[in-house]
Amino acid sequence: MPDSAALTRHWDPVQPARGRISLPLTERAVVRVLLIAVALLFLTFFLVLPLVVVFVEAFREGARVYFAALAEPEALAAIRLTVLTAAICVPLNTAFGLVAAWSITKFNFPGKSVLLTLIDLPFSVSPVVAGLVFVLIFGLQGLFGEWLAARGIKIIFAVPGIALATLFVTLPFVARELVPLMDSQGTTQEEAAITLGASGWKTFRRVTLPNIKWGLLYGVLLCNGRAIGEFGAVAVVSGHIIGLTNTMPLHIEVLYNDYAFAASFAVASLLTLMALVTLGIKTVLEWRLGAAATTP
Amino acid sequence: MQIPRVALSVLALFTGLQVLASSQGIADSTLLNVSYDPTRRFYAAVNKAFAARWEAEQGEAVRVYQSHGGSGAQARAVIYGLEADVVTLALASDIDAIASRAALLPKEWQRRLPQNSAPYTSTIVFVVRKGNPKDILDWPDLLKPGVQIITPNPKTSGGARWNYLAAWGHALRHNQNDEGKAWDFVGALYRNAPVLDTGARGSTITFVRRGIGDVLIAWENEALVAANEVAKGDLEIVVPSLSVLAEPPVALVDKVVDRRGTRALAQAYLDFLYTPEGQTIAAEHYLRPTLPEVAARFADRFPKLELLTIADFGGWAVAQKTHFGDGGIFDQIYKPGS
Amino acid sequence: MTELATHIAAPRPQWRRRRVLPGFGLTLGFTLTYLSLIVLIPLLVLFFQAAGAGWPKWWAELTNPRTLSAFRVSFGIAFLAALLNAAFGLLIAWVLVRYRFPGRRLVDALIDLPFGLPTAVAGIALASLYATTGWIGRPLAAFGIRIAFTPLGILVALVFVGLPFVVRTVEPVLRDLDREMEEAAALLGAHRGHILAKVIFPPLVPALLTGFTLAFARAIGEYGSVIFIAGNMPGITEIMPLLIVIKLEQFDYLGATVIAAMMLVASFVLLFAINLLQGWTRRRQGA
Repeated sequence: MPDSAALTRHWDPVQPARGRISLPLTERAVVRVLLIAVALLFLTFFLVLPLVVVFVEAFREGARVYFAALAEPEALAAIRLTVLTAAICVPLNTAFGLVAAWSITKFNFPGKSVLLTLIDLPFSVSPVVAGLVFVLIFGLQGLFGEWLAARGIKIIFAVPGIALATLFVTLPFVARELVPLMDSQGTTQEEAAITLGASGWKTFRRVTLPNIKWGLLYGVLLCNGRAIGEFGAVAVVSGHIIGLTNTMPLHIEVLYNDYAFAASFAVASLLTLMALVTLGIKTVLEWRLGAAATTP
Repeated sequence: MQIPRVALSVLALFTGLQVLASSQGIADSTLLNVSYDPTRRFYAAVNKAFAARWEAEQGEAVRVYQSHGGSGAQARAVIYGLEADVVTLALASDIDAIASRAALLPKEWQRRLPQNSAPYTSTIVFVVRKGNPKDILDWPDLLKPGVQIITPNPKTSGGARWNYLAAWGHALRHNQNDEGKAWDFVGALYRNAPVLDTGARGSTITFVRRGIGDVLIAWENEALVAANEVAKGDLEIVVPSLSVLAEPPVALVDKVVDRRGTRALAQAYLDFLYTPEGQTIAAEHYLRPTLPEVAARFADRFPKLELLTIADFGGWAVAQKTHFGDGGIFDQIYKPGS
Repeated sequence: MTELATHIAAPRPQWRRRRVLPGFGLTLGFTLTYLSLIVLIPLLVLFFQAAGAGWPKWWAELTNPRTLSAFRVSFGIAFLAALLNAAFGLLIAWVLVRYRFPGRRLVDALIDLPFGLPTAVAGIALASLYATTGWIGRPLAAFGIRIAFTPLGILVALVFVGLPFVVRTVEPVLRDLDREMEEAAALLGAHRGHILAKVIFPPLVPALLTGFTLAFARAIGEYGSVIFIAGNMPGITEIMPLLIVIKLEQFDYLGATVIAAMMLVASFVLLFAINLLQGWTRRRQGA
């Protein structure tokens, strides 16, 4: 809150009023234009150009090469693995997000803020560290390595390891969206439903879910986006078996390293399109319902 | 938004089954070949030819999966459980590490196949821009003022270690085996390297695609592919007076093939590399074949130069420890930020 | 409302009262179990392995010049990137909230792009743009400015990944800012610069700091977008996550674990700071 003393210090009743009364409620037009220009220039360099270059480089060798790159069996395997990973991680972390948000926002207990901090932990951990911890646990030289190898169970350098690493990295997304939203919605509606005789499950389905559905969708979209695009964590646990344990981001690196630049940008453009679609859905939601629907 | 719970559980079940199915890993008529960076196209061709031959002879369809990366990185992956049936790496020291740290194959693995288990060899040459503007003809020219050298990081790349040894060998030869002078030479070389990529392929990309540096020290096959196929006409190869005979070895990973029951298949795969067909594919991909008749046929593809061998450095066990281990000569020469 | 009633009615400790809503035990139990299995136990394993390395190894790693350089590079450039993002993020949030111009909604939508774009895609795109053969790199090279393979390249990548954080944390606060205070200040004779500095800026500080810290935390651990554009030269452009990967590839698992543990401690500290700041922001907004 502004200091009222500071305001009154500058009040000078003797100051003659100029022509018409105009209040400096906004900056001069010249300043406005300048600020907008600087902001747009910054965004062009850091946001727009990278976006454009992906597509330009992808089509540099023509549309035929572009589509051939995407139709190659190894690229298709990478796309399948990426989709599979997302299909595993997103539902699991969504369930976690819903359950965690329910427990945090509908009840009071000591240590709530600690729990929130712990849930946010994957956000600040470097993805490489995330991959490393699973290698340390499940790798042949790790904690359970010998036990798993004796039973022929493969976690690291196989799909389960990739799923675990991605699970770690995408864990907070849904929870982070839902907690503030549900927190601001309070508990009154649910309590009313309970006192009227509804079961807990029914209350959740009929009262809570409809209230949070757009926030939930937004969280799911973010989680999905990260699951598809994760690179660092997966790079450490993947083994880079071309056609088997390469996700799309890893496949981009493989193609890039094999001089197939147009092909690598082709796969990158596919991921970019997915990101843009996600952005588009989220934006349309916000325009329709106002920002209030997705943020507390 | 009200997706029925049933649908969700079906989806979960389905994905669970998928996960299980794929975690059983590769089925029995498949092999995993864990290789180093520059051999992608080579092994793609080999795998195709081998599969055709195996199908014709045994009536069984086989698929060989590939994994590529820096030689050291790949060795690490195998030690950590990447189930390689065969490893085809850049230098013996990396396979030695697999033997000693994970006991996946016997310590005497190198004697099991001909020519120290190296079906093909290569060497180290220079790549320069068209017209050789900085006039690089031999090792001493690399230290001319203003020359920027591209070479990978010996701590992670196999090719980088061959590069280093070639430089060291040359310095020793021309300074009457004065180690101090060799130290100075190699140190100056790395100080003129603006970028140290983690793998040989990374360095090639840096030089060719990103236009950084005046000279690239590279595997011969990397250099020839870059000059003849990737950046045709923009690059020239310069053959130094003295270089090193790089012997990238191949080996069967006993523990894995016995567990998977693929020993015969994997052995046949490695043997294929020594057959005239396998050797021809190697030559076509600019790797020096060891079979005399194939070598004779492709003789003019490969420049002639004097080659040192790893034996001249005391063998890989000594060389790895002296130069590339923790606190070794490279660590002492190359201080970060200096 | 209900809390107030409860406080007045029953002096029993809050967490012992009978709950109206069901499922506390179940949901909290599931939450803790899932969290432990996926996040907490693996991280604890990391700490134990690192601790098992023994103090001499820790000390050797901590004081290794290469590690220190990587720390400097990662933290230093991340800090600069977060500062840039703070400055420009504030500007962009201001422009988006206060002004109207054609394409404003499109720009607003685009801000979230770094959130959703895979880091590898960002990496190759930025490397392509800022190399000496690239669209931006080529004209700059004429002035002798090299971006790719220098610390500047890392800066560019880290600014990209942190871009949305400040904008998105400052925007809601700006939107909710009470225009009456500005009008009162103007009526009382303050000129625009004064209003900006004394009336508008102070309430934004918590949000700005939160966004800055978020961008900072993200930038420290970033891997995918940086390795394509960094030169990986020890001491100059080698970032900490890359050092971890290199140590792994050299079979120095202990060294990798120790560095990872150090990064984890830094992450935890930053996370704590972020949560404190977010709490401060929430209290300031509510006030």
